[in-house]
Amino acid sequence: MTNVTATPSDDGKELTIRIDGRFDFGCHQAFRDSYERVNTKPSSFIIDLKDTNYLDSSALGMLLLLRDHGGGDSAKVRLINASADTRKILAISNFDKLFDIQ
Amino acid sequence: MLPDSLPVSVLIADDNMTDRMLLSSIVRRQGHHVLQAGNGEEAVKVFEQMRPQIVLLDVMMPIMDGFEAARRIKALAGEALVPVIFLTSMSEDEALVRCLEAGGDDFLPKPYNQIILAAKLHAMERMRRLQATVLKQRDELARHHGHLLNEQRVAKAVFDQVAHSGCLGAGNIRYLQSPYALFNGDLLLAAASPGGDLHVLLGDFTGHGLPAAVGAMPLADVFYGMTAKGYGLAETLREMNAKLKRILPPDMFCCATLINVSVNRRVLEVWNGGMPDGYLLKQNGERVPVPSRALPLGILSPERFEPKTQVYPIEEGDRIFLLSDGVIETTNHEETLFGAERLEVVLDRNTDRDRLFEDIREALQGFHGETRDDVSMVQVKVVDSASLPPAVLTPDRGQPTPTDWSVSFEFRSETLKHYNPLPFLLQLLQEVQGLRGQSGALYTVLTELYSNALEHGVLGLDSSLKRNGEGFARYYQMREERLRELQGGYVKVGLAVEPQTEEGGRLVITIEDSGAGFDVPATLKRVGEGDGYSGRGVKLVRALSHSARWADDGRSARVEFAWEGQA
Repeated sequence: MTNVTATPSDDGKELTIRIDGRFDFGCHQAFRDSYERVNTKPSSFIIDLKDTNYLDSSALGMLLLLRDHGGGDSAKVRLINASADTRKILAISNFDKLFDIQ
Repeated sequence: MLPDSLPVSVLIADDNMTDRMLLSSIVRRQGHHVLQAGNGEEAVKVFEQMRPQIVLLDVMMPIMDGFEAARRIKALAGEALVPVIFLTSMSEDEALVRCLEAGGDDFLPKPYNQIILAAKLHAMERMRRLQATVLKQRDELARHHGHLLNEQRVAKAVFDQVAHSGCLGAGNIRYLQSPYALFNGDLLLAAASPGGDLHVLLGDFTGHGLPAAVGAMPLADVFYGMTAKGYGLAETLREMNAKLKRILPPDMFCCATLINVSVNRRVLEVWNGGMPDGYLLKQNGERVPVPSRALPLGILSPERFEPKTQVYPIEEGDRIFLLSDGVIETTNHEETLFGAERLEVVLDRNTDRDRLFEDIREALQGFHGETRDDVSMVQVKVVDSASLPPAVLTPDRGQPTPTDWSVSFEFRSETLKHYNPLPFLLQLLQEVQGLRGQSGALYTVLTELYSNALEHGVLGLDSSLKRNGEGFARYYQMREERLRELQGGYVKVGLAVEPQTEEGGRLVITIEDSGAGFDVPATLKRVGEGDGYSGRGVKLVRALSHSARWADDGRSARVEFAWEGQA
């Protein structure tokens, strides 16, 4: 079972979302809730993929939704701790052109 | 009586009238409706007529015993659950087993205990309702599923009309796609351009089912429309991206590879956004990967979408192989991906390119045991354009046609940078009925003349660079750089249509550029000697038009097309 946890920074300006397990359509609602159900709207987002063992094209779609939510072209979304496999999928789709992938 | 027990109709069958009356009054007092039978046969009859919801059967009865009655009632009930409770004073295990074998759901020992009876009736009724709900939902699901399949069938039929207006059936194209690939989001389109180039698109929408299929229609529309009008990959991609961006929700997009196979120019042009590596499989065994270098379609806003294509030299006999992620993402029982490396091993081992799909399928089966239903593959063989089906010509609309006119254009640097004037010029010439029969040749000649003027004239590129693979890449890189930094320069195009005889006529194309010109006699001499790379354009123009002349300074050309009156 995929676990999505969202942790806001102390000032609430940055939201870190961790996806543990499979990042696919199964966690669609949990992922949306994680950034929509916060008191103060963060100005930047960190997606922690440390324990994400799988990522598919619907996950890419969800990342686009978050980007849209965060202001589209001006959104600040960083993807961190991506594994080699996850990185490969992000690279095929050239998502490094949209997201800061570290 | 339990608080939430609802009244049900209960059939009580017992040949002993005293026992039957006693049980009936208990059940009635618990709020239920009672039907009675004096033996098994009567019980089956009453069940058939009245359809009680729960049946209480004595085991030993004359004419037909409880076991047989239970079997028949269960058979009559079909899928619906009609709980049967045996009334028994027996306690031997063997007799109880027979009750179960006959389809009994429970026992009620004699003498009757009211509380146990109430509890059992209640439990049975709950089970019965649950079963009824499950059956109802199952039937509903089946109905919905039937609807969905029917909708998919209709959608597929409509879409096939659109998708098959192209030339996937051409002799040099082989493809493999599941019949419902569309509902996996996979899309394969092919069409010939007016100049005899072949455009092929393999796309993959995010998601499955109808949502994945809806975007396919507008995409196919743009692809066919713009290819037929002679637009290049960049313009077509821009339009497709803008359209998808406008109509799709933000989390939906389309990974796609779009290729242009130009046999005349011996060039493969590729744009790959988000698809797995495609491959150019050369005649000599060399394998050139064509990787994804762009974001998929439908993500970037039109202002930010800058399609950059890669260009590769090709020869007759080369093949271009594209595939969807279904191939490399096939997993085995240990959740290991098939992966690009295994695919490349298959490509290397494959000796007969006509058997490539079969080799890949065999490898997938060997790896996994079964092939996924969302595997799409396409292979295009580079053949002489004469063997390709002709592009769809603008139908004769019976309108009067302009027969005596001339125009001239001057395309200056800012226009040359961003605009491809060829589709526009071709559309204009399509107005002339006598030219419609040769629009393919016309488009090819216009393309050659224009790219000569732009690349060798305005941009000053040397075509001898294209002699080898390295130089080829360098040539297109320089073309891009010089075009981007272009300041000044022009290409002038003149078109003159004149009537010659009753219905015949001629078109004179003149083209002039701001470049330094080229050594006309030397080039023509090389063409005459059949020298490969440079001058191929010149040769094509000569072969396809009625006459072609270059001014001695190499800065302008004059080409004629003629047509006879309609017989």
